[in-house]
This record gives sequence, C-alpha cells and structure tokens, in this order.
Amino acid sequence: MKNTYAILKRELKSYFTSPIAYIVIFVFSIISGYFFSSIFAFFGIMCVRSINNTYLQTGLNITDGVVTPTISTLSILVLFIMPFLTMRLFSEEKKSGSFELLLTFPLRDTEIILGKFGACFITFIVMLIPTFFYQAIIFSLSEPELGPVISGYLGVILLGASFISVGILASTLTENQIIAAVVTFGVLLLFWIIQWGADFTGPIIAEILIQISILEHYQEFAKGVINTHDILFYLLFSFFFLFLTKRSLESNKWRS
Amino acid sequence: MIQVENLTKYYGQTPAIKGLTFTVQKGEILGFLGPNGAGKTTTMRILSCFMPASKGKATVAGFDVFEDSLEVRKRVGYQPENVPLYNDMSTSAYLSFVAEIKGVHRKERKRNIEKVMDECGITDVSHKLIGKLSKGYRQRIGIAQALINDPDVLILDEPTIGLDPGQIREIRGLIKNLAGRRTIILSTHILPEASMICQRVIIINEGKLIAVDTPDNLVTSFQTDSRVLLEIEGPPEDIMKELKGIDGVVNIEKKDPISEGAFTYFVDSTLARDVRKDLFITISKNGWILTQMHTIDMSLEDIFLKLVTEEKA
Repeated sequence: MKNTYAILKRELKSYFTSPIAYIVIFVFSIISGYFFSSIFAFFGIMCVRSINNTYLQTGLNITDGVVTPTISTLSILVLFIMPFLTMRLFSEEKKSGSFELLLTFPLRDTEIILGKFGACFITFIVMLIPTFFYQAIIFSLSEPELGPVISGYLGVILLGASFISVGILASTLTENQIIAAVVTFGVLLLFWIIQWGADFTGPIIAEILIQISILEHYQEFAKGVINTHDILFYLLFSFFFLFLTKRSLESNKWRS
Repeated sequence: MIQVENLTKYYGQTPAIKGLTFTVQKGEILGFLGPNGAGKTTTMRILSCFMPASKGKATVAGFDVFEDSLEVRKRVGYQPENVPLYNDMSTSAYLSFVAEIKGVHRKERKRNIEKVMDECGITDVSHKLIGKLSKGYRQRIGIAQALINDPDVLILDEPTIGLDPGQIREIRGLIKNLAGRRTIILSTHILPEASMICQRVIIINEGKLIAVDTPDNLVTSFQTDSRVLLEIEGPPEDIMKELKGIDGVVNIEKKDPISEGAFTYFVDSTLARDVRKDLFITISKNGWILTQMHTIDMSLEDIFLKLVTEEKA
C-alpha cells in the first residue's frame, strides 16, 4: 500500500510536470464545452419553436434535453482522449530503460500497476472537473433532476476506469507510445460497437455481445438508472484487464 | 554472499551465458571482465532479478533470485548500464522516491539522502532536473540510488563508462570506500580499473567463464616468460650478440634510439632464471653504459587478450 502510494505520487507528478495532462485536459474541456453549448443552443431553439406547438412541448424537459446528452457526449470524448493519457504509463519507461530499474526495486507487480492506475484515474477525474461547470450553469438557470447527473457521472467514471485498464495493458506490451495508443483505441472502439453484431447472430451470441459492450451498460446510467450489474460489469471489466496487465508484467520473468 | 551455479540464459536460440559458476564472498569487490557481448550485463540482470535464467541457480544472501526475488531485491542495489532515471524529476525528489520504495524509514530518509548525495558528490545538483544533467552526474545519481537503503550487495554495470578521467577517479575512490561491509560486483572493460579496485576478477567470453582469480594471481599464473627493459649506450650489434649468449635469454628486441648511440632493448627470458645479474655483468664487462634496467610485468590487459584470443583459436 505504501509503495502503491509512492508510485502514484510519482506518476501524478510526472503527468503534471510534463505538458501531457494540461494539453489533454485543455482539449477535452474545449470540445466538451463546444458540445455543451451546441446542445444547450439546440434546446433553446426547440423551446422557442414549441411556444406555438403544444405537441412539441410535451417532450421537452431540461433533464432529457440538456443534462443527459451533455454527460453522454462526455463518454464518447473520453473514449477518444483516454488512449493519450494511458499510452505513456509503461511504454515510456520501457523506452527510456527505467523499466529495468523499476522491476529491480523491491516492489510487487500489483503495487506498480495500482499506483499507475491510480495516478491516471486521478488525472481523469481532474479532467472531468471543468465539466461540472456546465451542470452548474444548467442548475443556475433551471431545475433539472439531480439523479441523472449523479448516475451519469458515475457511469462516465466507471467507463473511464475500464478504459484506463485497457490502456495500461496496451502500454505494457510495447515501448512505442503510438502503438500503445492505437491498440487501446482499437480495443475500446471494438467494445463500444460490439453489440452491433447482435442483429446478425443467434440469440445466445447476441446476448453475449450485448452484455460485453461497454456502451450498452452505460445507457442505463445515462437514463438515470443505477443497476448493480452494470456497476459490476465495469468493475469486472477493469479487474480483468488489470489482471492481464499483471500477467503481462510477470511475463518478463518467465523462464525461457 | 552470492552463489551462482551453472547459470545459463538463452535469448531465443542463442545462448548469452553458458553454465556460469562462481561465488562472491561477503565484503568482496568482484570485477566482471569480458569483451562486449560476453554476457556481463545478462549475468547482472539475472542477479538483480530483472530477468530469470533459463537454467541454473543463483542465490544472493541465501535467497534464490527466482523464488525469493522480492527478498533479493530488498538487499541489492543495482545500477543498470545506461543509468535509466526519471528525467522529469529533480535529483533529491528522485532519491526520495527511491528511498520510499526501498523502505527507508521516513525519519531516516532525509539523512540517508543527504549522506548518499554527499558520498556521490551530487549535493550541488540536488534541485536540478535529472534530464538536464551531464552523463557524469547521472552516473553518480545511479550509484546514489543503488546505495540509498544501505544494501548488502551492490551490482554496478559499467559504473565508469562515459566519464572523464577526473570523474573516473572519483567513482573508483567511491567504490573502494564502499567496500568492506558491502559486497560489490562491477563490470568493466577497462582492465587497469579492474586490477585497481577489484579483489578478484572473473573473465568471461562468449558466455563462458575463462578465469577467476585475484588480478595478481592471474598475472603470475599466465605469465610464461619475464621481460626486462634495458637502456644501453654502446654498439648495438655487439650488444645484441653478447646478450643473446647469456643462459636463459630467449629473445632480444632492439627499439628506436633514445639518444646518440643509446638504444632501448627488451630482453625476454625464461621465468625460471633471473637474468638481470648476468645482464649487468656482461654489460659492465664490455664497458657499455647501462642507464636503465627494470622488469616489465604482464598486465591484466595482456592476459585478457591472451585468454580471449586463445578461446577463439
């Protein structure tokens, strides 16, 4: 635990002494801000149009019209941004050779992995903080429901954790950060769209594809529903990839 | 302290080291000699638990490097060849990080860091970013991080490579000072260095051990003839002829003149007979003037080259 904390501190410092964290957070904020303002503006136009149209009025509310879509778009943005946060975790050390020293320090593999995971996770949370202001703006102008905000962010955070676990695994496999990022992105995108195949397969495989899709489980959170099995899915997903990461680190010590 | 038994490592099909066996006593400084690609780094990486051997057994302080890797790593300070450090940290922050990971108690951390920084002469760069420092400083930070938790065993891969002569002397002095309580293994391909700091040397070539002994013993056991250097004023032809006649002299070589009428000669003789007395008598009897005479010992370098080339032949 003490060692995990030491690694976490170092990694976190490394994120914030290099420009990586700032640039990623900056880009993320700009794009999510643009999404938010577009969604908000569109909602405003719909409101104006609905003044003379009672049919339109029935479907309009701030929670479904602005809150939920804003948080949902965050999830897609995270999918694009996360590989750039995770790619350096092990690849950089492998490239510079400090990986060799790291492995000869009296550390357990789990401590190294959890420390790096924690640092990336905290950076990810810091990245989400500016988006709270969008919610603050909505709340200052209107009275949306609080529930979907909480469940939506919980979903995004769980989603982020599972993305990080995939990213860490990819970065243990190569010393090239670009390869690590591309592999991470590819795997994440595949898990994102994997349920599309459900339409063309038998019922059993279809169900499996739906259940392992990271998007499918997120939909419930977006609707404001917190299911234990959805939470469990993300936790298991993260745990599974972190376990593979541990195996990948151990493979350096397999006798050949 | 360190026991290595029949250690073998394959990279795919190619063997890097083949059946290496040796022991290192507590408090000893052992030098690892060998040409590039001989397997020095591989052996050190196995001993520091970075990677496992394909076959064989190695124990450090009684712990197996494969089975009890964590225990071994607690007791070993390792400096890899190219000193990979975190360039985005300052020297003191880095040492503090390593100290924390190596389990140095919070209260002792500050004192330990100051002590190793002082020992390694890096106090003046303690607040500088490692990435901005010169090779010499990085090398010394590499040794400092290995020393931080006062380990029983130090494994240093090429500790003086890439340093200027002044720094090399400092590092050598540092390593010598560290000896005694600690067991040190260091690799080098600078031979005078090995004979200067190491109590014993191991020569390996193409993954195989070819010799283990003290530098002095290696020199005496591999020396087949002794060589005497002479500076004589006198007619070269006569000198050559007369000296060759002395019992025990095998060969004479005349070198370039040092001044008018004076030459340097190398006289090789069998080990069994000391020919210096006869040389002097012959020279003075003929009325030549002897200005210098001393024996030339074989250097570790000669032996190294001899062993390594013999292996190939």
